[in-house]
Amino acid sequence: MELVAAAALGKFIGAGLAAIGSGAAAIGVGHVAGNFLSGALRNPSAAAGQTATLFIGIAFAEALGIFSFLVALLLMFAV
Amino acid sequence: MAEQSANQTGGIAKVVFFAVLALVVISGLLFAPEHVGLAIHPMDQFEIKALFGGERLGTFTPTNETLWMALAVVAIVLVMVLGTRGRAVVPSRSQSVAEMAYGFVYKMVEDVAGKDAIKYFPGIMTLFMFIVFANFLGLIPMSFAPTSHIAVTVVLAGLVFFFVTILGFVKNGAGFLGLFWVSSAPMALRPVLALIELISYFVRPVSHSIRLAGNVMAGHAVIKVFAGFAGALGLFSFLPILAISAVYALEVLVAFIQAYVFTILTCVYLKDALHPSH
Repeated sequence: MELVAAAALGKFIGAGLAAIGSGAAAIGVGHVAGNFLSGALRNPSAAAGQTATLFIGIAFAEALGIFSFLVALLLMFAV
Repeated sequence: MAEQSANQTGGIAKVVFFAVLALVVISGLLFAPEHVGLAIHPMDQFEIKALFGGERLGTFTPTNETLWMALAVVAIVLVMVLGTRGRAVVPSRSQSVAEMAYGFVYKMVEDVAGKDAIKYFPGIMTLFMFIVFANFLGLIPMSFAPTSHIAVTVVLAGLVFFFVTILGFVKNGAGFLGLFWVSSAPMALRPVLALIELISYFVRPVSHSIRLAGNVMAGHAVIKVFAGFAGALGLFSFLPILAISAVYALEVLVAFIQAYVFTILTCVYLKDALHPSH
């Protein structure tokens, strides 16, 4: 019986730890956007053509945060 | 004179604002629930219900999910078909919306996927319009966001994944496998990189679908969480309105950006299928 309780506790702790990954992904997205902005302010005329690249970069950085979100979801509802 | 009337309208606006605020606070106090506390159920809004009663949900049961997806399709038809009916040189409002959407997606496909991907523009346009309309209709209060369900987005992303993979093999034959063989890397590293590329290829539909569903679901849940705080705040129960307004404005932005990201990633995958060389 105590093993079940410990497993339930571990589940929630694990989901909380996985949520740290979302925060790390937020740092990554901030890096992408910040570096884009600093580059865009140096050469504003070239910035408009690179917005698609910006969003692709953000999407890839965000994908890794989504995996930690997925791990949290799996721990909460599937395990 | 003009200044005076401007002052007058400003004064009226102020009075109306404070009257509404007082009304909200008083009604919050009068109709406060018996159990004041944190009774937040942010995930209840995503529950799929049958439209015409009945507990069992079959494959063809009309639900609120299918209703709002159908409404999105109807809205797209109204904007695109009725909007472009006039074909005026100086476009009406609905015609210019339709033209802007068309031009926006066309330019995106041309820029990201290349000139020879224009053949697949109708499919990408359909995908973009469906996601945008489903997202925006889901933002109407008391409505239902179909894209908040992974079951819906995984179908869209799976469709893109299988289409792109089959297209890559049809167009390039075995040359499509060159996508995984990084020819610019040193020979010793290539098998390792091929493994990593292979994993990242099969992870694409996962991140592609969960990104859209996760963002829409999280946004709606946050709005509901802020609404749930109102019960605990008593006299200050009007404060969540400000927070919800701010989050709602952000969600309008997110609804568009996520549709844009979904479409642009589709274009990137399409480009990989058409030109697989690294």
